[in-house]
Amino acid sequence: MNIFESLGKLVNESGFAMMMTGDGWKNLVMILIACVLLYLGIKKQYEPLLMVGIAMGCLLANASALGGFSNALYHQELWDSFLNESSEYYHDYGHILAQGGLIDILYIGVKAGVYPCLIFIGIGAMTDFGPLISNPTSLLLGAAAQFGVFLAFFGATFLGFNGNEAASIGIIGGADGPTAILTTTKLAPHLLGPIAVAAYSYMALIPMIQPPLMMALTTKKERAVKMEQLRQVSKTEKILFPIVVAIFVILLLPSTAPLIGCLMFGNLLKETGVTERLSDVAQNALMNIVTLFLGISVGATMVGSNFLNWETIWIVVLGLVAFGCSTIGGLLVGKLMYKLSGGKINPLIGSAGVSAVPMAARVSQKVGQKENPSNFLLMHAMGPNVAGVIGSAIAAGFLMSMFGG
Amino acid sequence: MLFITPAAAEGAAQAAQTVVKKGEMLSAGTAFVDSLLGYLVVFIGLTLLMLVIMLVGKIMVASAKKKVTKVVETAVPAVPAHPAAPAVKKELAPGSAGDIKLYDTDPRDAAMIMAIVANKLGKPLNELRFISIREVK
Repeated sequence: MNIFESLGKLVNESGFAMMMTGDGWKNLVMILIACVLLYLGIKKQYEPLLMVGIAMGCLLANASALGGFSNALYHQELWDSFLNESSEYYHDYGHILAQGGLIDILYIGVKAGVYPCLIFIGIGAMTDFGPLISNPTSLLLGAAAQFGVFLAFFGATFLGFNGNEAASIGIIGGADGPTAILTTTKLAPHLLGPIAVAAYSYMALIPMIQPPLMMALTTKKERAVKMEQLRQVSKTEKILFPIVVAIFVILLLPSTAPLIGCLMFGNLLKETGVTERLSDVAQNALMNIVTLFLGISVGATMVGSNFLNWETIWIVVLGLVAFGCSTIGGLLVGKLMYKLSGGKINPLIGSAGVSAVPMAARVSQKVGQKENPSNFLLMHAMGPNVAGVIGSAIAAGFLMSMFGG
Repeated sequence: MLFITPAAAEGAAQAAQTVVKKGEMLSAGTAFVDSLLGYLVVFIGLTLLMLVIMLVGKIMVASAKKKVTKVVETAVPAVPAHPAAPAVKKELAPGSAGDIKLYDTDPRDAAMIMAIVANKLGKPLNELRFISIREVK
């Protein structure tokens, strides 16, 4: 082979040449989308810890796919045959390990539902359930704010999505990334990319999505309500809480075990006071490693052939509807509690029931303080906020048990 | 480095042609009932959990009150008797969790002790709650 033949071969096999053939343009579009997501993550700081990983995963998967099957870091074809019941490689992790690239191997953790659960251990270890324990009625706000989940589920079935897909789209309204990822992985793995991006984008956009709804649905008088100081919660109560919740919720709805079990395990590590090293690892090292793997492997599922279709657009629209309606649900029950309590509860804390800890609680604090500068709603809003995590896990558990088969 | 035969790659590509979608289409009625049921399950589950947490909280508060009463009962004889002063309800300072009980401790010393504890713990004073300070003799 002379030098010109060698150069010609290199040029023909390059990603730039592949871009111009077949569906190569789709990969190019996805690379551009990845760059936009990188901009949003880095410059605008939209959930940067996950957004940068998701964007880079998308970029790597699409760029390496242009280099041909054997050079790709992620192989959509392998996962399609993994999920295809008629394929000889149906549910064959060995085939993935033997043929897959780096991201395929990392993606096994998503597919097996390992990463979301590990993230929940970390979230549990970072969460103080004190405000919820001192004011258990917050749980009602956490429940009310799951309204968008079921409304979006209903809406998705109208738009032609099947039950599994509608359930995965609906859970975006839970405003909980790991929950959305776990539910989608179990029910509609082919939608994982768009659902993860929609969920994390809207979580980052909470300071823009929620305030207009909060202002529209509450009066000036309601927003200015100062709430009474929360009672002190003893250490014993804090230790008992994760144990009681784990037993009660898992027995009530066994399909919540992966999420609630891990969340409460992480919280128990934090509260016992005798497992400080483990709590520290769960909050920092473990959380960071899993976030790294989760982001890059979820981003890699955004390959052009899967992502560039009408389904993605509908998912983005329905995700926004789900988020908005969850906020409305929380606010309306917050208003009801305001009336029933004789004006002692500020309805703004209802919007924090959408999970997205602690962003949603911060938004409640900010809007409340705007109306009354001496108002401190943050700790009161943290109750519904962490209740929302439990609520979205229960909603996910319900959907998985209904459609998981 | 991956070694994949063209046949394997072709097989995988053929598998990719099969769109992998599980799940049945739902009628509007079924979807509505499922949505309603799901929302109800979340509400009922969290309401029951709220009741359980309230119950545990009540038990804990009651047992804590019992402990405090016991401590006060044992401490009262040690405190010299003073004529009962008329009870005047004081306005609490913003962010305060209430009064602290001082036994044989000067308020100035108590203030110093609280500042030292906050400094050692590395936490702001308003995040700590001091219930009582007693001089150990």
